[in-house]
Amino acid sequence: MIEVRDLVKHYRTRGRGTVHALDGVSFSVGRGETLGLVGESGCGKSTAARLLVQLERPTSGQILLDGRDLLAGGHRSRSGRGRRRSRTIQLVFQDPYASLDPRQRVGDALGEVLTVHRLVSDAAGRRRRIGELLEMVGLPAGTADRYPHQLSGGQRQRIGIARALAVEPAVLVLDEALSALDVSVRAEVMNLLARLRRELGLTYIFISHDLGMVRHIADRIAVMYLGQVVEIGSWDTVSDAPAHPYTAALNSAVPVADPVVEAARPALTVRGEVPDAARPPGGCRFHPRCPLAQPICSSVNPALEPFGPAGTGHRVSCHVVESAQRPASDLLLAHRQEHSGE
Amino acid sequence: MSTSAPPPIAEPVESGPPTGRRSPTALLRRVWRDPGGRIGIVLMVLMILLALLGVSGLLPHGPIDQAPQDRLQGPSGRYWFGTDQFGRDIAARTFAGIFTSLRVSVVSVLAAAVIGTFLGVLAGFLGGWVDQVIGRLIDILFAFPAILLALALVSALGSGWVNTAIAITVVYAPIFARVARGPTLSVAGSEYIRAGRVLGIPTSRLLLRHVLPNVAAPIVVQVTLALSWAILTESALSFLGLGTQAPDASLGLMVSDARNLVSTAWWTLVFPAAAIVLLVIGLNLLGDGLRSALDPRQTSGTRPRRQRLTGTRGRTS
Repeated sequence: MIEVRDLVKHYRTRGRGTVHALDGVSFSVGRGETLGLVGESGCGKSTAARLLVQLERPTSGQILLDGRDLLAGGHRSRSGRGRRRSRTIQLVFQDPYASLDPRQRVGDALGEVLTVHRLVSDAAGRRRRIGELLEMVGLPAGTADRYPHQLSGGQRQRIGIARALAVEPAVLVLDEALSALDVSVRAEVMNLLARLRRELGLTYIFISHDLGMVRHIADRIAVMYLGQVVEIGSWDTVSDAPAHPYTAALNSAVPVADPVVEAARPALTVRGEVPDAARPPGGCRFHPRCPLAQPICSSVNPALEPFGPAGTGHRVSCHVVESAQRPASDLLLAHRQEHSGE
Repeated sequence: MSTSAPPPIAEPVESGPPTGRRSPTALLRRVWRDPGGRIGIVLMVLMILLALLGVSGLLPHGPIDQAPQDRLQGPSGRYWFGTDQFGRDIAARTFAGIFTSLRVSVVSVLAAAVIGTFLGVLAGFLGGWVDQVIGRLIDILFAFPAILLALALVSALGSGWVNTAIAITVVYAPIFARVARGPTLSVAGSEYIRAGRVLGIPTSRLLLRHVLPNVAAPIVVQVTLALSWAILTESALSFLGLGTQAPDASLGLMVSDARNLVSTAWWTLVFPAAAIVLLVIGLNLLGDGLRSALDPRQTSGTRPRRQRLTGTRGRTS
C-alpha cells in the first residue's frame, strides 16, 4: 500500500556541508501491516516520518500510496484533492505535550480538525464525533473540556492518537510515540494501538530506537543506520537471528527479563558513536564500528541483498554476512571466541 | 520630560500554558492583587474619568473659554487649578488635555500594535526573505531616534491629532514587530504547529488560532508600556508646537505656554505636568502588573523578580 523508493533527503547546513539524513531508503508496507523502523538517534528515522506526512519534501525518490505518487503535482496543494491525500497518512508525535496547543481544550483540538476537513455538518454531529473519538482511545467524554496540562502523559498521547484518527487516515506513522511514556502507560497505549489496528484496519509505521518495543508490535522490522536501511525482514528473524552486525548489536542491547538468561547472554554491543551524517564514512557506513569489518567494507557500500531462505523477504546489506551466508549473530560469537582465546 | 529618551521594549514575557480559563476580568483581578497594579488601575480609572469630564461640557468653564478679567489667578473654589494668561480655566484645560493625550496615544498605539504584530508574526512564521525584508525595514526605522522620526513625520504631514497619531504609529510599529517576532519564532517551530500542518489545518487558521493567542501576552504588556511613551511623545510634539495647536488644550502645549510664567504663576505649570506624570506612572504600573499577571511562573508560587525597564532601545531579539 505504501511504497518508498530510493528516498533521499539532504540538508544543506552552514559550515558543516550537506547532511545526508536519508540516502536511498526503500521499503514497502502492506495494508494492515505494521513496519517497525529501528535505529539509533540520527539515523534518519524521524526524517523518514516527516517525509511520509509531507512536512518536508525529499531531495529525490518517490513515496507511492496505492501506486500513486504522493509527491506528484507540486507542493501539497490547497485543493480538496491535496487535502484528502494529506489525510491518508497521519503522524503521532513523540512528545504528546508539545504537540498539543496549550491554549486549546481537547474538544476544540479534535473539533478543529473535523471542521477544517468538513467531516461533520453541525455542532451536534461534531460533539458526537468528538465523543466517539475519545471513547475510541479509551478516554471519558468529559476529557473534551480539559486543557492538555490537566492531563497525564498517557492521556495526552491518547489525545494525540485520537486527533490523528479524526481525519480517518489509512496509515499512522508513530514517531517514537511511546518513548516519552512510563513503562506501565506504554504497555496500555501499545495495547490500544493494537486494538485500533484491528478495529480500524490501520497500517502502522512504528518508529523507535528500542528494538525490544518494536518487536512487540511490528510484523516486519527495518533497521536503519546513517540514513540507510541495513536490514529488513519479518520481526522474528530480524530480532531473533539478526543478519546484520548492527542489528545484532541493537538486539543484544535489549535486556531479557530472566536474570539467568541475561547473565549468560553474550554482549555484542558496538563501541563508539554514530559518525557525523555530514561526513559519512566511505564504503559500508558501519565499518568503523563493526567488529567483523574486512578490507572491502571500507571501499564498497554493500547493497541490500536477499538473505536466507528465499521468499522470506529478509534482506541485508553486509559483505561479510553475504559471503559467509551466516547471520551476524553467529559470526560475532565466533569472532568473540577467537579473540578471547588469544 | 525626557522624551528624547528612546521608547522601551518590554521585558520578554514567557507565554506559557494558561491556568484554566483566562477572561479579561480574571486577568484584571490578578492585576488588582498586585499592589503596583492596583495603583495603576486606580490612577488610570481616575484619569479616564477626568478626561471624560474634560470633554463632557459639564464643567463650569470650557477649556477654551477666556475670561480676561480673571487672568493668572491662583487655585480657588471658582478656578480649582487657577487660570492662565488668557483667563482660561487650567482645570478644564488639563482635563481636556488628558483626553487629547489619551486619544492620540490609544489610537496610535493600537494601530502600531495591529500593524507591528501583523508584520512581526508574519516575519517570524514565514521566515526566509519575508523575515529579511521586514527585518531590514524595522532596522531602518530603528536607526532614527524616536522623537526625531516623529518630529520629521509631523513636519511632513502637518500638525493635528490625526497626523500626530500617524507619526507615533510609525515610530512604535517596529517595536511591536520585534516583540511579536521572537515568540512567534518559537511557536512556529513548536510541535503543535507542525501537528497542525500534518492534520491539514490551513496556514491562515494556524496563524490566527494558534500562533496569535500564544504570542499575545508580551504584546498586551507592550501596549501599556507603549501607551505611556506615546503620551510623552505626544506631549513633546505639542510642547515643540508640532502636535495639538492652540487654542486646543494639550498637556504639552500647556507646559510650553507656562515656561515663562512659572516664577509668577506656578499653577500654570504644575497641574498639566502632574497630569503627564500621573498618566505615565499609572500606565507603567498597569503594564508591570499585567506582566506579572500574565507570567506563567507566577502561578507556580514564585514571584518573578521585578525587573527594571531597560531604557535603551537595544537591538534585543
